[in-house]
Amino acid sequence: MELTVLVIKSLVILAVFGITLLIATYSTYAERKVAAFLQDRIGPNRAGPFGLLQPIADAGKMFFKEDFIPAQANKWLFILGPCLAMLTALMSSAVIPFGDSIRYGSFEVPVQGIDVNVGVLYVFGVVSLGVYGVMIGGWASNNKFSLLGAIRAASQNISYEVALGLSIIAILMMTGSLSLRHIVNEQNGFFQWNVFTQPLGFVIFLTCAFAECNRTPFDLPECETELVGGYHTEYSSMKLGFYLFAEYINMFTSSAIISTLYFGGFQYPFMHQVHDALVDSLGSTVGHNIATGIGTAVLFGKIFFFIFFFMWVRWTIPRFRFDQLMNLGWKTLIPLSILNVVLTGAGLLFDKFKYATWLIVIVMIIMAATNAIKAPRRKPVTVPQL
Amino acid sequence: MNQFNTFLASFKNLTTAGYLFYGLGLITLISAISVVTAKNPIHSVLALIFTFFCLTGHYMLLNAQFLAIVNIIVYAGAIMVLFLFAIMFLNLKEEDEEAKTNVTKMAAVIVGGVLMVLLLSIFNYAPVGTYNPASFDAKTGLVERLGIVLYSDYILPFELASILFLVAMVGAVMLGKREAGDPHF
Repeated sequence: MELTVLVIKSLVILAVFGITLLIATYSTYAERKVAAFLQDRIGPNRAGPFGLLQPIADAGKMFFKEDFIPAQANKWLFILGPCLAMLTALMSSAVIPFGDSIRYGSFEVPVQGIDVNVGVLYVFGVVSLGVYGVMIGGWASNNKFSLLGAIRAASQNISYEVALGLSIIAILMMTGSLSLRHIVNEQNGFFQWNVFTQPLGFVIFLTCAFAECNRTPFDLPECETELVGGYHTEYSSMKLGFYLFAEYINMFTSSAIISTLYFGGFQYPFMHQVHDALVDSLGSTVGHNIATGIGTAVLFGKIFFFIFFFMWVRWTIPRFRFDQLMNLGWKTLIPLSILNVVLTGAGLLFDKFKYATWLIVIVMIIMAATNAIKAPRRKPVTVPQL
Repeated sequence: MNQFNTFLASFKNLTTAGYLFYGLGLITLISAISVVTAKNPIHSVLALIFTFFCLTGHYMLLNAQFLAIVNIIVYAGAIMVLFLFAIMFLNLKEEDEEAKTNVTKMAAVIVGGVLMVLLLSIFNYAPVGTYNPASFDAKTGLVERLGIVLYSDYILPFELASILFLVAMVGAVMLGKREAGDPHF
């Protein structure tokens, strides 16, 4: 590898790393502002203009709090838990293609950490490791509530990983590749976006992403009414901060993966026309780089929308019960995703038709409509005459 | 002594991949040994997870990316989580000395020793494939090639293995199913 390529590559990796951390930091601020907006409050507005320095103040507070390790806890594993949570959360953004490519002289460097040909599986593997941080931390705290919270988190993550994997398989069948860049390049053209070819797969993936991030309505591992604080009951100071921060990083990476897999990544309508116009007017190097920049900005727009969506849902929908969560995962999402895979395969074998899964959506809508019509009407409550 | 000298001489001529292999092999052995010597079962499981990561590194060195990632997903990500699950619930903190009588220790040593001798002799006589660096296909071991091989030459064993998994899954569901008189919890 040439030195210039190496320098550009390491700059891209550093930028991805820094942007991940920055967005996760400001997600905490955005979460509080969104919550405040939805609850008709003002939200943080004291630290800096519009409260913009609030995340930094929070981090400062976290660092200066007492770092407490319970006497009966397993000390090394207690420290290892949050480290693992943070490590696994930061690893998965390495394979996400954030843009097309940067031209520099005769080199063309893709805006991506590493372009491995098993990118989807890499993300999947890292996600499946994320549960260790929670489990080890919960067990090492030597507290029954922590242990129960950790076990809940682990069982929830394992259950929803199955449906998550099965919903991706339909995309892999259409693309024929495990590389995330290849999947993005396949989605050129607005109606080629996988959200239009795989509407059901997208809904399943989104639900599972919520469950994997332990976000409301699936935030049972830290259900206060039943488990005190869940797996991080015994944690304080920055160790707690790492656990909470890892959740926001996970939210960012899952938004990025949803945008990449289902919303065309850095693709946007009329992208090729814009690219050609820029190359014509500004030259093949500058024009290409600016076009890449626009694509990256579009991708970040999609990511921010999904981060907002995560918060919107959190402050709107109440929490599931644990048996409801398990029933939804095992008895609804897994059979539906298998049906999705089978129908996609049938459509592809029959004349490469990509939109076959709309059949399930139409059938589901018809069933819901007939249910709503057949359901016994509730009689208007008559006020007893006195 | 002579053999040691030739080993040292060959060690100097290793490529980067060779150094990586020896370093990784050393770490793998250390973590695998600590799986059996750890007093705390949780430490033992964590060491086993680390061993799986080292094996993933070996797969990477062998240019088998797909196997490497699948090894992480299946073993480190799913099976070991269930191991941790079970051990955390059993709450085996201290070493359970009563279960280990002298007879079981002796039997374990004999079985393990026989297995080691068997494996050593097998690997000593097994034919090791060679390759020609000039004509080596860099795509060997990547997912496309693996899929083509699995679904053409090895289609029958592959499908039989999946049926075996299906049977095991149905059996597990049947064993774990709540029957009429069982308590709800």
